[in-house]
Amino acid sequence: MEILSSLADGFAIAATPTNLLFAVFGCFLGTIIGALPGIGPVNGVAILIPIAFALKLDPTTILILLSCIYYGCTYGGRIASIMLNIPGDASSIMATLDGHPMAKAGKASEALAISAVASFIGSSVATLGLTLFAPFLAKAAIYFGPSDYFALYVLAFAMISGLGGANPWKMLLAGFIGLMLSSVGLDPGTGMARYTGGSFNLYDGFDPIVAIVGLFAISEVLLYLETATHASGSLVPMGKAIPRFREMLPGLGASFRGSLVGFVSGILPGAGASQGAYMAYVIERRFSNKNNTFGKGDPRGLAAPEAGDNAAAGGALIPMLTLGIPGSGTTAVMLAMLVSLNIQPGPLLFERQPQMVWGLIASLYIANIVLLVMNIPLVGLFTRMLTMPQWILMPFIIIVSFLGVYSISHSTFDLMVMIGFGVLGYIFRKLDISLIPLVLGMLLGADMENNLRRALSISNGDFAILVQSPIAATLYSLTALILLGAFALALLKSRRERLDTTEVED
Amino acid sequence: MMTKLTRLLTGVATAAMILAGAGGASAAECIAPADPGGGWDFTCRTVGRLLYDLKIAEEPVQVTNMPGGVGAVAYANVMSKRPSDADLIVATSTVGVTQIAQGKYPADTDVMRWIGMLGTDVGVIVVPKDSPYKSLSDLMDAYKKDPASVVAAGSSGAGGWDHIRLLMVAKAAGMEADAFKQIRWVQFDGGSPAVTQMIGGQVQVVTTDLGEVAGFVESGDIRILGTLSDEPVPAFPDAPTAKSQGFDVTGYNWRGFYTGGEVSDADYQKWVDTMKKLYDSPEWKKAAEGSGLVPIWRGGAEFETYVGEQAEQMRQISKDIGVM
Repeated sequence: MEILSSLADGFAIAATPTNLLFAVFGCFLGTIIGALPGIGPVNGVAILIPIAFALKLDPTTILILLSCIYYGCTYGGRIASIMLNIPGDASSIMATLDGHPMAKAGKASEALAISAVASFIGSSVATLGLTLFAPFLAKAAIYFGPSDYFALYVLAFAMISGLGGANPWKMLLAGFIGLMLSSVGLDPGTGMARYTGGSFNLYDGFDPIVAIVGLFAISEVLLYLETATHASGSLVPMGKAIPRFREMLPGLGASFRGSLVGFVSGILPGAGASQGAYMAYVIERRFSNKNNTFGKGDPRGLAAPEAGDNAAAGGALIPMLTLGIPGSGTTAVMLAMLVSLNIQPGPLLFERQPQMVWGLIASLYIANIVLLVMNIPLVGLFTRMLTMPQWILMPFIIIVSFLGVYSISHSTFDLMVMIGFGVLGYIFRKLDISLIPLVLGMLLGADMENNLRRALSISNGDFAILVQSPIAATLYSLTALILLGAFALALLKSRRERLDTTEVED
Repeated sequence: MMTKLTRLLTGVATAAMILAGAGGASAAECIAPADPGGGWDFTCRTVGRLLYDLKIAEEPVQVTNMPGGVGAVAYANVMSKRPSDADLIVATSTVGVTQIAQGKYPADTDVMRWIGMLGTDVGVIVVPKDSPYKSLSDLMDAYKKDPASVVAAGSSGAGGWDHIRLLMVAKAAGMEADAFKQIRWVQFDGGSPAVTQMIGGQVQVVTTDLGEVAGFVESGDIRILGTLSDEPVPAFPDAPTAKSQGFDVTGYNWRGFYTGGEVSDADYQKWVDTMKKLYDSPEWKKAAEGSGLVPIWRGGAEFETYVGEQAEQMRQISKDIGVM
């Protein structure tokens, strides 16, 4: 009951006309920022902080504006993934797997609508979780030690084959190349430079966003150039502009399952939203892929990671508010902003500044509804993107990619890195190797290594620490079960195939 | 429809470019040599905001994030490309000077002009509320008995400022330099994660800046064994200094600015005056204290000397403890 009255107070704060106006504005801007490759939620939020200060808005309004942009970006990120096979940000790479095949099959509007509903469900589950359990869930981050995080990343890697794809060895290879690339830069433990060739530009390693834009957007253009002589007309059939209500329903169950997975992964500081979307996808695939429809445009394969992505974004607010630990890049920026507004996140935030916290939570509910209502009609607008002729679309992708990357880093070096990754992506695609394990390796690699390093620093080099904690032991057992299960399944399948062929011979 | 969309998207992209600082003209620019969200970013954004709010600057100050090499990328950039740009300041702190002292920047401190420091974060040594260590002496006794017995953590890697500060106390306690390498040190991505892991029982002691972990002290989850400052910190007057317990160590992490080495004396002095004016305002005191900083001013020639001396001192400590 206490929560309900606090929440009611929150709505009273959030629902002033000014705050509502900024909520709608933030949602719209967030959707656009999220949809543009390269400019993700981190930059969106960082860019708007000085504007918000210049407008002399009060802290609650600023926080509402930024949270709406944050939520808006997680909605918008899926659009380019589905329509162009180019993720708008790191956490929406999973939406390319089944979302883009749907668009190619002329179901673009359905894909956009289903993913909008999935995003809504994911965000709602997370916001509800934040409302009810925030102080309680903050404990999760306390009891998860370095060896547990390492075990979690091992589990994530063991599940790479769960992404589907023709050849599990190629998936694994791509994952390991990603891990290797993530070790470039200053070693955080000792400050030594690794694989930088003496260049300061590589001291911070490869920015995953720059890599993603190169791998997906630039390689897409290179692939197009190769076939340009005979390609004409639009990319894919357009289908209907506005989806019917009935068509939004498939994937509801997947959305709820994905939300839970994403939320849990958001609470644990680390990879955050990207890992949430990834785990949601592989678990859903294992759960539902009965007829081998995943990867070919199964609505559930789109709904689960989208819900997971959004739920993780909401979940990441919990360690940020209650412990002052950012669960993702975006929450790191929001944290810095809170501090510069003289709001100290931490264990006492809910007691000290209840108005601000509950105003924020209420505004997240509002943002969510605004985003859903806004995104369904926008489906029509975005499907038109596909009617653009290739000779306009491709230069446009190049322009947006270069502008996006340059606006983050102001570094021409990063543009070269992006082109390099574009060529790498082109080669990978030609060799039929999935880009997603590569990106996952880059996203998770640094955290995986740092936590291994931390665990071993604590134990003075004794590897036994990795399996001593009950959480880690459970995670390893789970990993073993999954691997054994996959092995047994593969064995069964090959035997059945052999039986089938012998029957034919008979 | 289609062209409208194209126009809209390019419009937003261009606007984002300009806002991000690519199109800045004559307005002052502050480079935060880190990603958004860190201490240097905070320094730029808070100082920039206040300069404009208090009408000390006529136009809003552009904040540019230039992450890389713990500030080395920005240092190299200013040194080679903008040494005489009078509109440019770069946020830095003790952490940057540590890097310079250990030779991890492309040049020494003398290639820049050091404007001033506006405040400082105070280093603290903290333990969980139920820790057996009640004072710094308890902790140091445990270390002297067995250097590997207590696991320490902080937000820097081995040889970083958090690590060095702990070892400075150990040195003051009379520990031998050989034993320093046996002290187990764990790096986390910030003071809050380190303290959270300490509360979870992964490590036993954390050395870091007070600002970031003050909330945990207030809530009673952790205790301050010693603050590494000359005087007790205003926010926690009961927390004893290391000095008062017989360890003559201070471990400040000041926040300040430098500008290019070829900026004219007049322009340099203008920046020193601007920052002094900001420092004297009650608004800065409030903003600084709100984020756990103690307002302390050093500017102009005095600050240049201070930075040079601090770098020299750190070089000595780094050699002593064997990280260099």
